[in-house]
Amino acid sequence: MSENPWYNKGLFSSLNLREKTLLTIALTGLVLVVIFICGTMINNIPTNFDTKMQAPSFVHIFGTDWMGRDMFFRTIKGLSLSIIIGLGASIISSIIATILAFLASSNKYLDSFVSWLIDLFASIPHILLIMMISIALGKGAFGVIMAVAFSHWVNLTRVLRAEVLQINTSEYVALSNKFGKSKFWIAKEHILPLILSQIFVGTLLVFPHAIMHESSVTFLGFGLSPHEPAIGIILSESMSYLAMGAWWLAFFPGLALLIVVLLFDIIGDNLKRLLDPREANN
Amino acid sequence: MIKINNKKLAKFIGFKAIRLLILLIVIATISFIMIQLSPIDPVRAYLGQRIVSEEQLAIIGHYWGTELSLGERVLGWLQTLATGSMGFSLIYRVPVTEVIISKFTSSLILMLSSWVISGFVGFGLGVLAGAKEGTWIDKVIKTYCYILQSSPTFWIGLVLLMFFSVYLGWFPIGLSVPIGQLSDTVTIWEWLDRLILPAITLSIVGIASITMYTRDKLINVKKSDYFLFAQARGESFWGIIKNHGIRNILLPAISIQFLSFNELFGGTILVEQVFAYPGIGQATVAAGLRSDVPLLLGIVIVSTIFVFVGNMLADIIYKYVDPRLRSVDDE
Repeated sequence: MSENPWYNKGLFSSLNLREKTLLTIALTGLVLVVIFICGTMINNIPTNFDTKMQAPSFVHIFGTDWMGRDMFFRTIKGLSLSIIIGLGASIISSIIATILAFLASSNKYLDSFVSWLIDLFASIPHILLIMMISIALGKGAFGVIMAVAFSHWVNLTRVLRAEVLQINTSEYVALSNKFGKSKFWIAKEHILPLILSQIFVGTLLVFPHAIMHESSVTFLGFGLSPHEPAIGIILSESMSYLAMGAWWLAFFPGLALLIVVLLFDIIGDNLKRLLDPREANN
Repeated sequence: MIKINNKKLAKFIGFKAIRLLILLIVIATISFIMIQLSPIDPVRAYLGQRIVSEEQLAIIGHYWGTELSLGERVLGWLQTLATGSMGFSLIYRVPVTEVIISKFTSSLILMLSSWVISGFVGFGLGVLAGAKEGTWIDKVIKTYCYILQSSPTFWIGLVLLMFFSVYLGWFPIGLSVPIGQLSDTVTIWEWLDRLILPAITLSIVGIASITMYTRDKLINVKKSDYFLFAQARGESFWGIIKNHGIRNILLPAISIQFLSFNELFGGTILVEQVFAYPGIGQATVAAGLRSDVPLLLGIVIVSTIFVFVGNMLADIIYKYVDPRLRSVDDE
């Protein structure tokens, strides 16, 4: 008898690796969707000065802040805000990446221009870049989304550029070229369908970084405005109450943010495994 | 001994220097334009909530040159930059270069110590995880790295601050000097006391990438033929790891560590904000929030040089020091 690996025991023993990956993706996706929907449904969190600064209990599982607002609801609201901003930023950044990758493939000069652009953006510290773009666009949600989007396209562009270059050397592209098809037609019909999964995975992998950077700049005061219940705002507010021992103000919202980031990471990794046949067996 | 082809290296560094120069000019221009385009009125942001009459606003505006056109301002900025001066900081009221030098040195100590700590610890953990691949040690280290990669730096700082400073009371809550004391009179211990927590926070965050990289590399080495042959010769396991594993992965790991200057700088800004450590990070945030444009632009330029030097060192290690990658004509 060969030894039964751990993942073939118990509840999910009848599933194969592919089904398990799908199950993981579905479950993590469900959690995120639930957080998101709950967050958008929470519109006003009642202030109640009788219950201010309470430590976590069964009534308020994350405790309450100095205005008696329930930290659990504030956290969920903040997370859904983070998800919206992350979504906007990662979609815009992958659109930028795709356009630049195609530009790079079209001719030699544009290619060196794009690599120069990559070098340029890679050599300014991310946070500084985000801060500056956010300042330039007047802060707020729009500023943060654009700032995060314009600082996170670099990696995906590198990947896509290499991919497009490789596809460009293939025989069917050469053949289409000889048949007199336009470059745009080739890009649309031959290249885009092949890199679509890469773009999709790339978007998902940008997500965790986007969320983290959003909360970082918001924490520093360059992101969302202070009356918005973002996680970065909650954490920077909590700084003033730390010395009083109000640990729950910072601990739980940060932990919740970490979990959301981790969930997006898991989805991204699993999807990559699902869509990339080379890694299917890992 | 490491042999380095000096002539080629000099050419490489010269090439890089020209690149850096072009990069700096572009970045200086773009960031200047970006900040000038901002809808935030610098005079208003600088004054904050203070109530000022219209005439005084106009005087400040004139003093700062807000009525000049964008082109004039960009040219003026580049001209002063070419003379080596970065202007006058509006909030510290001294030349920007002075502010940056004093702030950057205190941050440099923080960054350097955490860089060294995270390098050593990360490399050690990576070797351990790679050598013990598949065991619980490996799993613990891997999980730790995954979690760290997704945790916001400033939150780790907050948690450490809450636990060690507020709950246990081992370390002071912030600032690099005790309140009511001049920075020249601080003893080295008082100062170290305040450096430990920020440095630890930064190192904890920096460990993840180097550990994962080292682990993957070591696992690759373990799959190689020379590893198998060494095992067949009967060498001890840790002996092989030392002679064949570490020797092969040390240089790439060091160059990866040099490439992390970008994140290191970003982390420093956040950590300094959490621990109220008066370094370049605090200066950046203050400059950004209060629209101290000269200082902010100066920091952008200096940090770009910092990151660029890190990347260049990584390149040099990769191309010139590593004997496997030196081409034949280098010898």
